[in-house]
Amino acid sequence: MIEIKKLNKSYRIGQNSLHVLKGIDLKINEGELVAIMGSSGSGKSTLLNIIGMLDNYDSGLYSLDNFPIKDLDETKAAKYRNQFLGFVFQSFNLINYKTALENIALPLYYQGVSRKERQGIALEYLDKVGLADWAEHLPSELSGGQKQRIAIARALASQPKVLLADEPTGALDSTTSEEVMRLIKKINKEGKTILVVTHEHDIANMCNRIVTLKDGVIMTDVKIK
Amino acid sequence: MFNKDSWKEIFDTIQKNKLRTFLSGFTVAMGILIFIILFGLGNGLQNSFGEFFTDDQINTIRVYPSTTTIPYRGYESNRRIKFTNKDLKEIKENFKSTIEDIVIRNTLFTQITYKQNSNSYQVRAVSPGHKEAEKTIIMRGRYLNEGDIINRKKHVVIGRLVEQDLFNGENSIGEYIHESGHSWRVIGVFQDEGGDREERMLYVPYTTVQKIQQNTDEIDQMIVVYDKNMSYDQSLILEKELESYIKKKKFISPEDNRGIYISNTGEGQENTRQFSSVLNIIISFIGIGTLIAGIIGISNIMVFVVKERTKEIGIRKAIGASPKSIIAMILQESIFITIISGYSGLLTAFLILNLIGDSLMEKYFISAPYIDTSDAVWATIILIFFGALAGYLPARKAARIKPIIALRDK
Repeated sequence: MIEIKKLNKSYRIGQNSLHVLKGIDLKINEGELVAIMGSSGSGKSTLLNIIGMLDNYDSGLYSLDNFPIKDLDETKAAKYRNQFLGFVFQSFNLINYKTALENIALPLYYQGVSRKERQGIALEYLDKVGLADWAEHLPSELSGGQKQRIAIARALASQPKVLLADEPTGALDSTTSEEVMRLIKKINKEGKTILVVTHEHDIANMCNRIVTLKDGVIMTDVKIK
Repeated sequence: MFNKDSWKEIFDTIQKNKLRTFLSGFTVAMGILIFIILFGLGNGLQNSFGEFFTDDQINTIRVYPSTTTIPYRGYESNRRIKFTNKDLKEIKENFKSTIEDIVIRNTLFTQITYKQNSNSYQVRAVSPGHKEAEKTIIMRGRYLNEGDIINRKKHVVIGRLVEQDLFNGENSIGEYIHESGHSWRVIGVFQDEGGDREERMLYVPYTTVQKIQQNTDEIDQMIVVYDKNMSYDQSLILEKELESYIKKKKFISPEDNRGIYISNTGEGQENTRQFSSVLNIIISFIGIGTLIAGIIGISNIMVFVVKERTKEIGIRKAIGASPKSIIAMILQESIFITIISGYSGLLTAFLILNLIGDSLMEKYFISAPYIDTSDAVWATIILIFFGALAGYLPARKAARIKPIIALRDK
């Protein structure tokens, strides 16, 4: 599903250049649930942003579902993100003036799905994350765990090939974290490819495979039974 | 992007961000409102200024006889000058290319009686052209005509307030009023914008008065009406020519400033014109100033609105919004709000100007404030355009930001 070869990325900070990713090679198959671990500054978020087409890379190869992703302009990147990817962020990033249902329906709006159809699909996913009774609530009326579940439902609504989660439990307590991870596992079991960036071992251990980054290089890549 | 669904999305956003919508809408409406009201009041000031100076006809030169102060050609000084019908005829003949008419005005004061009511009034013995020279407005009946002059009719046109005084509000047309043994038939009632004093007067044919007064042919004041198309400078030349012609004719020393008085109403007109243009510049300045202030206000609020939405834009981009759709969304929203609120500001302002009407006339000399519809509409279009532009620039910038950076925005 995801194929990355000799990926390099550096940031220019004033006169100096900071080499963040130093020749990453990574292959993720369909249906995998992969945790990307590493301390802060290891490059794990940068890797996720590149995979998520939120950021460009300098050299190497990246293809998503055998589709080369390179030097996309904003319009194309937006289109691919909408078609291929679903995002889950640490800080949820729900639109605060839209209800739970409307937030979930928004990616479908950008896919050009009709209003009625959007509502139906959104309701379906809301039910899937167990929040059907909260459809008309604003994000401010929901708990952290509920917000993250809404965010997951939104990421799934556009039926992406890959779900990208950046520290999805970073803002949640341990009980809620576990609930969210159980939901992610459930979605994975249904066949969705999922990447989770985290620095918590408990969370990583709930995945099938752990890739550990350090200083822009993959240190270990272990499968978990 | 201009489909029904995108509009629904925008109405949704507008509805759910009432404060933001109100702030930007209010700024636009206020901008338009203040512009139109200030501009309208300025125009009102100019209106009443014009009214003050246009009570009388403007293309006239007034000539009054007086007393000489310098002996000349065998005549002693301190001689009373008198104009006669003959003088009138000769002046008319001599200046016939430039003068349209010479209006006669002999003034006298007399006691007028109708039934039990009696009062003292100013009576003007005039020729028919006096109507235009004084801008007398006939309410009922008619003004004096050439027939009255030639036949020396005892006809009288009375002021609105004279009728009120003597006739207790009843119709006076066809009735007879009395003055030291003579009866005059009322043929018309007039009003005058010059005020109450002007409406407490009576107009009679000057020839009739000359006949009653032992058949004299004396003339008091001549109002020379010259060609409307003459410029102010040309009228000054005519004034000089007229003065020297009359002085020569009446044996008045050219150095004598007192023998006759001559005054050109065009002079007042020239002053009015200059003052008016200064007023015009001030009003334009106020108008442009408020418009610029409005534009700045709208730009500010638009920049603020887009800045506030940076994170939302980041989220939308992350889930698949193209930069174009982001710009379209912000532009459509801002144009929609500015058009609606601009239009309501426009209507409110027109309503307020109408309500003000003439109520500020007494204290502030502002009458019938107004603004040309086209001026108002242009101002609204300019504000909407700059409002949209002020929304577009930051929207374009925001749409270009990478989503990860926009998402970091707190």
